[in-house]
Amino acid sequence: MKKLIVIVCALMMAQLAQAVIETYEFDNEAQEQLYYEIINELRCPKCQNQTIADSDAPLSRDLRFIVQQKIKAGETKRQILAYMQERYGDFVLYDPPLQPANYILWFSPLVIFLVILAIVVARVGRRKVTLEGESNRANQEKGE
Amino acid sequence: MANKKVIITSIPIVIFTALVVVFWFSLGNDPTELPSQRIGKEVPEFRLSNLHNAEEFFTNQDLPKKPFLLNVWATWCVSCHVEHPYLVKFANQYPIPIIGLNYKDERVDALKYLQKGGDPYLFSIADEDGTMGIDLGVYGAPETFLVDGNGVIHHRYVGVIDNRVWNTIILPKMKELDPNLEQLEAAE
Repeated sequence: MKKLIVIVCALMMAQLAQAVIETYEFDNEAQEQLYYEIINELRCPKCQNQTIADSDAPLSRDLRFIVQQKIKAGETKRQILAYMQERYGDFVLYDPPLQPANYILWFSPLVIFLVILAIVVARVGRRKVTLEGESNRANQEKGE
Repeated sequence: MANKKVIITSIPIVIFTALVVVFWFSLGNDPTELPSQRIGKEVPEFRLSNLHNAEEFFTNQDLPKKPFLLNVWATWCVSCHVEHPYLVKFANQYPIPIIGLNYKDERVDALKYLQKGGDPYLFSIADEDGTMGIDLGVYGAPETFLVDGNGVIHHRYVGVIDNRVWNTIILPKMKELDPNLEQLEAAE
């Protein structure tokens, strides 16, 4: 009985998750995989913090349709992403390209990490010296 | 040693001041606003039907040969209803052609709407399945594109055009595109 409830619940959840996504027919599994890969990498321009796979916005639906059409027409992932980028900018790509305008996005975490590392190294380095100094003093005290 | 203390205690103050400055300047910005990728490029090629006559088609050749506004709107778009009376007013006041792009709408609804609220558009293009909207990078109606006489897009405004937006953004930029506008105003 418990098992049955679990299964039923799982099925209900599965339906919920699928509610947004239309079912498209593809010629083969590779195409279908590519479809899901691409719609999970494109950001919805309207609802900014969702992928177009996630989003229920009409614009996302249209973009998913376009992706599907293009995959069926045999376009590559690069071509499809370029098409979207041409219209909505780097913003639509959840994996934005490395170029000067995006340097701050790509390198600021690294820079901040290095700065923190430098501070930590400087501080810990100094503390070691004082610790040694203290233990020396302690030894001396013991010796006396 | 005292010097060091001063430096350390001033760090939070410096950070705080920097944040205040950053936040102050971000106050007026809309983070959801995206820069248009079409600036400096021509209006994408299209062949779409006349909103008023499904049998008749418009292409890039039909666009005005002088600077104009391309306004993307729909009856389902709530803020477009706010914008509409302003467009009607400005269309009567200024010799700036406004082209309507009725985006993913029901033709019947759109026509009814224009009949009731007035038609500010020189002509209306029906983008029923939204292809031109996507080519233009439209992500939220109303959007208005400022286009020159050669069909090159110079600016995009996302959101409602009211008196303030018209006078501070749209009109000055249109005057840049069309020096005749400036003269016209001076003559008045």
